[in-house]
Parts: sequence; C-alpha cells; structure tokens
Amino acid sequence: MKKVMMGNHALSYGAMLSRAQVIAAYPITPQTQVVELLSEMCADKTLDAKFIKVESEHSAMAACIGASITGARTFTATSAQGLALMHELLHWASGGRLPVVMGNINRSMAPGWSIWSDQNDSLSQRDTGWMQFYCASNQEVLDTVIQAFKVSEALAIPSMVILDAFTLSHTYEVVDIPDKAKVDEYLPPFKPPYRLTPDDPHAFNGLTSPEHYFELRYKLQKDMEKVPALIEETGREYEKLFGRYLGLVDDYLCDDAEIILVTSGTAGYTARVAVDELRGSGVKAGNLRMKVFRPFPFEVVQRILMRAKKVAVVDRNISYGHHGIFAQEVKSALYGQAGDIPVFGFIAGLGGRDITPASFREVVDYTLSHDTPEDNILWIGVKK
Amino acid sequence: MPKKKDAKKIVFQSADEMPMMPMSIGSMLYNKTGSWRNIRPEIRLEDCIQCGICWKFCPDMSIGIENELPVVDYDYCKGCGICAEECPVKCIVMVEERK
Repeated sequence: MKKVMMGNHALSYGAMLSRAQVIAAYPITPQTQVVELLSEMCADKTLDAKFIKVESEHSAMAACIGASITGARTFTATSAQGLALMHELLHWASGGRLPVVMGNINRSMAPGWSIWSDQNDSLSQRDTGWMQFYCASNQEVLDTVIQAFKVSEALAIPSMVILDAFTLSHTYEVVDIPDKAKVDEYLPPFKPPYRLTPDDPHAFNGLTSPEHYFELRYKLQKDMEKVPALIEETGREYEKLFGRYLGLVDDYLCDDAEIILVTSGTAGYTARVAVDELRGSGVKAGNLRMKVFRPFPFEVVQRILMRAKKVAVVDRNISYGHHGIFAQEVKSALYGQAGDIPVFGFIAGLGGRDITPASFREVVDYTLSHDTPEDNILWIGVKK
Repeated sequence: MPKKKDAKKIVFQSADEMPMMPMSIGSMLYNKTGSWRNIRPEIRLEDCIQCGICWKFCPDMSIGIENELPVVDYDYCKGCGICAEECPVKCIVMVEERK
C-alpha cells in the first residue's frame, strides 16, 4: 500500500511494522510526530506495545534499556538537546549490548536556540558504540528502521536512524508501506541469547574489573566490524522481498567520475541535481551519498573514491578545531591508498541554512579550479 | 552459585569465553562492600515487630529474613542507615564501627 506521509511518520510506521514492543519517549521538536503517531497506534491497538511516558530523554533511554534487557524489542526517537541528554545512557545501551533502535531528527545544537537541521547532534554521539544510518527519503527511513532492528539484534548493537529536520522530518513523500506478513518473515521476533528473567537469574552491567573490561570493548569492536557485510546481506534480502536494496552507500554516476561529491542526508539527493547539470556540461561528476556512518564503511568508500581524480566532501557539521566530520573520516579512509587523491572539505548548511543546487555548483566550481584546497575548511554560503 | 565464603574470583582466560555483555561475571562475590562501612546497623530483635520494612527498604539487599526475623549481611551492608531510619519501632540502631 502506498501512502503520502511525513518523514517522522515513516519512522513510526517502521517501528510499527517491526512490531516494537516497548516505546519510551519524550517529545521534542522536530521529532514529536514520531512518538505522537506511535502513541496513537498503541492506543488503537494497531501496535501491540507498551508506551511509556517519561519526564526526560535520559529516562526515555533508561526505560528502553530496562525493556531491552528483558528481551523486548524497543524503539524511541529524539533530537538535538534530547539526544545530548541521553548521552550517558547511549553508552549503557551499547556497552550492555542492547539492540535498541532510535530515530534521531538532525537538529542543530543550541545556543543559539535552533530547531533547524544540521548533523552536530548525532555526530557528537559518534563514539558511543551505536550504528548510525543517515537517510535521504521517507521510504529509506521506513525501510531502514526495519533493517536496523535486524542488524542490531543479530549483533547486539544499538542503531540510530537519522533524518534531517524539516527537509525530511516534515516533508511529505509517497512511501510504499511493506506488507506486514512479509516484514514478519524478514524480521522474526527478538530472541536475545541472554535476558533478565526470574527463570534464569543473572546480574547485568555490574562492576567490571580491569581484568575483563578491555575484552568487552574488544568484542564490541569486533562485532562492529561485522556490520558492513551484514548490512549488505540484509539489504539484499530486503530487496528480494520488497524490491529496494538497502546498502552502505548510494553511489550515483561514480563509475567513470573524475570528481566525486561525498554527501549525506537530504543534501545527498540535492547533489544529484548538481551532478546531472555537470554531466550536461561535459564534466564527469558523481555523488557518493554516505548512508552508514558508523561503522564507517571503509572498503566501499575506498573502492569508489579511488577511481576519482578529486573528492569534494560536503559536511553539514563541524568538529570545532578540526574539519567537517565526514571530511575527516574520508581523509582517514584514503590515507595510505594509492593516488594521493586531493580531498576538498566543504562546510554548508549549518543551523538549517538551505543546501541548494547552487551550493553544489559553488563546491564543484572551486574543486575544478583548484589543484588542492587552499584551506582545511571551505565555507559555502557563510556571510564572511 | 557458590557460597560467598567459598567464592573464588572468576577470571576469564579469553574474550571468547566471556559473555558479550558484563553479565554474571561474579565481581560482587569477592568485592565485599561491607568494608566501606563506618556505622553498622544493630537490630534489637526482642523489639522487632516483623514488619519487613527494613528488608524492603535496604537498597543493597543486605537484610535477609531468617525465621521471620531480619538478619544483616555485614559482608555487603554499607551502613547507609536507611533501615534504622525506616524502622517503625526504632529497634535498629546505628553503631560506630571500631577497628
């Protein structure tokens, strides 16, 4: 069945089709409709789940952790300051190996108080041990929630499904809603190897001496390393059932491209317009939209970018005192690879300023007219 | 589960033997937190009304019930005094520890 829906509701439908059993959430703009619709679905029994109202995002994630440890499939959603307030609990979820799935709507961090989009909220959680999926369409949001549960539960690692504030969260698009029985076939009930139950009592997450802590972290990393292959495998399985492949990246005209744009989120679709224009004027351009940011898909990024003469990364985020964050990571992925391809790092669209085809024209004009970047950060659209 | 007195430290020899999450790794079998205590609860059992409030309120599950009466587990009681505070007949008193 096809339905016109906003990005936030695509998250709700994804959680509903995945048969989430416990949802604990606190409302925050621009996430509110995600949990508003889920609360309605719980009330009218479209979804058989316990909806837990809490007084903060810290408690929302704590409730998700408590539910997940008993073996319940658990979902929540938040944004910006709410995600920051969850920070401590994000480590509890990943360190406790609990496959919570969370929607995060990319909203700029205050101050200045902002409800508009950039990626600094989710990227500030880069090292918490959560997987991060950046989406560019409402269809992708819905599909990715279902896949995220599958990958998370297989490897006991939590996932964040991320979408831009307003340009996706509040934008209506046609979404094909998968058949529930087929989703059940794709995503069987959650059966963790260990859970908190009186039938088999265990103590969880207690004091861990230096004798053992290191190994737990080693195991988390080793399982993170298994994620890229599993995303490709479950993405193909999804394609068989629903006709849409869910991969690590979305590469557009990269095969013969001399200049490749590296993008993420909705800007990744805008970049295609710029690529088409460039192709029209004879420039061999391509766009590599990063879907999965954690774990970083080194192999596929290296394979695609190695073909290019120049790489232009457009970041809607910044690591203060360093560069744009995707630019850092792309540079680290290309380090030591043959060719020494110049990586141009652009920053655009902070605080929800629009990233338009004209922004990409500026990016490409600069990249084509310079052999190497004059600075580590090239600013697009800032009133200097 | 071995008795606390016979407990041996659990040491995993490799990451593969360990559960993926910190689960039942036995750290509290030898980490006797009772040694942190400065004041200890002492219960005058002759005045106890067997209401179970101390058992219910103890945040560290260090009060057990044996033969209907409360028994403090001094291996783990940290001496917080909540039991003494909550006891409705005040038959629990906090006494300074001596070395």
